[in-house]
Amino acid sequence: MPNTPERPRRVRVQRNGPLLVEGPVEVVGEDGEVTVSNRFTVAVCTCRRSRTLPWCDTSHRCRDRHRAGPA
Amino acid sequence: MTNLRAPRGTRHLPPPLPEPRGTVSAAVVAALRGPGRPGLPPVPADCAVYGDDLQLALYILYELHYRGFEGVPERLEWDGGLLTHRAAIEDRFLDALRTDVPPDGAGTAGEALDALQIEPVGDDGGLSYFLRNEGTFEQLREYAALRSLYHLKEADPHAWVIPRLHGRAKAAMVAVEFDEFGAGRADEIHAELFADLMEDLRLDTAYGHYVDAAPAEALAPVNLMSLFGLHRALRGALVGHFAAVEVTSSPASRRLAEALRRVGAGPAAVRFYTEHVEADAVHEQVVRHDVVGGLLESEPRLDADVVFGIRATGYLEDRLATRLLGAWRDGCPVLPLGR
Ligand code: FES
Ligand SMILES: [Fe+2]
Ligand SMILES: [Fe+2]
Repeated sequence: MPNTPERPRRVRVQRNGPLLVEGPVEVVGEDGEVTVSNRFTVAVCTCRRSRTLPWCDTSHRCRDRHRAGPA
Repeated sequence: MTNLRAPRGTRHLPPPLPEPRGTVSAAVVAALRGPGRPGLPPVPADCAVYGDDLQLALYILYELHYRGFEGVPERLEWDGGLLTHRAAIEDRFLDALRTDVPPDGAGTAGEALDALQIEPVGDDGGLSYFLRNEGTFEQLREYAALRSLYHLKEADPHAWVIPRLHGRAKAAMVAVEFDEFGAGRADEIHAELFADLMEDLRLDTAYGHYVDAAPAEALAPVNLMSLFGLHRALRGALVGHFAAVEVTSSPASRRLAEALRRVGAGPAAVRFYTEHVEADAVHEQVVRHDVVGGLLESEPRLDADVVFGIRATGYLEDRLATRLLGAWRDGCPVLPLGR
């Protein structure tokens, strides 16, 4: 996604859920470790509960539901 | 049974026609096989709508739009007689679903998607929980073989909705589909990642290989996607279906990745599910905000259809889970698999 003055990168903020950032994204952790995602949109975990930090893995939900496979 | 990956070139060839499971599917197979292509008798009124015969007949008719079958002329995809016959079966299927998933008190699409995130207390009978906690290597192979009916054409049924969407919904749907189709890299296409998983589990990766072994409960959810995808009138239901799958996928994929690690499956098998933990956490957000949100902004009257798509998906997935867990808890295999 372009990141220009005419078309700045969009970030979506939510009260309960990840930060949605147009990719690609590089996240620098407190320890200096850099993690990259090239996905068109990247979900950055804000709840710190994800087991795949810095990315959201839906652990911000109170509980989750069974069934269905990947899409 | 041989179980190595079919050579790259042959894996995508049209499969042979499946074995009929009753008079309705036998008539469809006969009509496709020729010679003479006999006409199709009306579907008997007592033919079970979720049963093997009807679901297989519908599955075969839908496959003409995907890969077709070995020896079946490609132009039969648009044969008037076959389409009329398919419409009669689809009406039966849709009527049954509308009865079994009644609209009363269903709430809005947003509420229905919220509800998918809330897990029933205690043992909810979920497939991914069973597989994570106690699934055997053989049960995981069975699960993958059955899911291959969809995953080897992953995201294809949903691509049909693209011309029926506009603006925000279209842009978001295409972005998610782009990801499903490997974001420009052929070896990252999710269907290819699934073939890698199958190879790891020593399953046959040829398209359609496990159709004959699949019970009706495993055919019905795939038929549902084709039904919703092929009809513009059901675009709301297709979007609801897609949202339901994306919302439930990420946590279920983590459990399946754990199950595969526990039984010692290889890295490619685990990779398919770990990729979906991360990808579908994003897809869920994009589908909810922009595909469902965008569609309902431009066509608010489709809200009930979105809810129907969500709930019909859950209904058929629950039927499949009941069938598989019933067999596995009794220690029985669901389908015959070679080693
Ligand atoms: S925000 Fe989703 S797991 Fe943390
Ligand atoms: Fe996928
Ligand atoms: Fe997805």
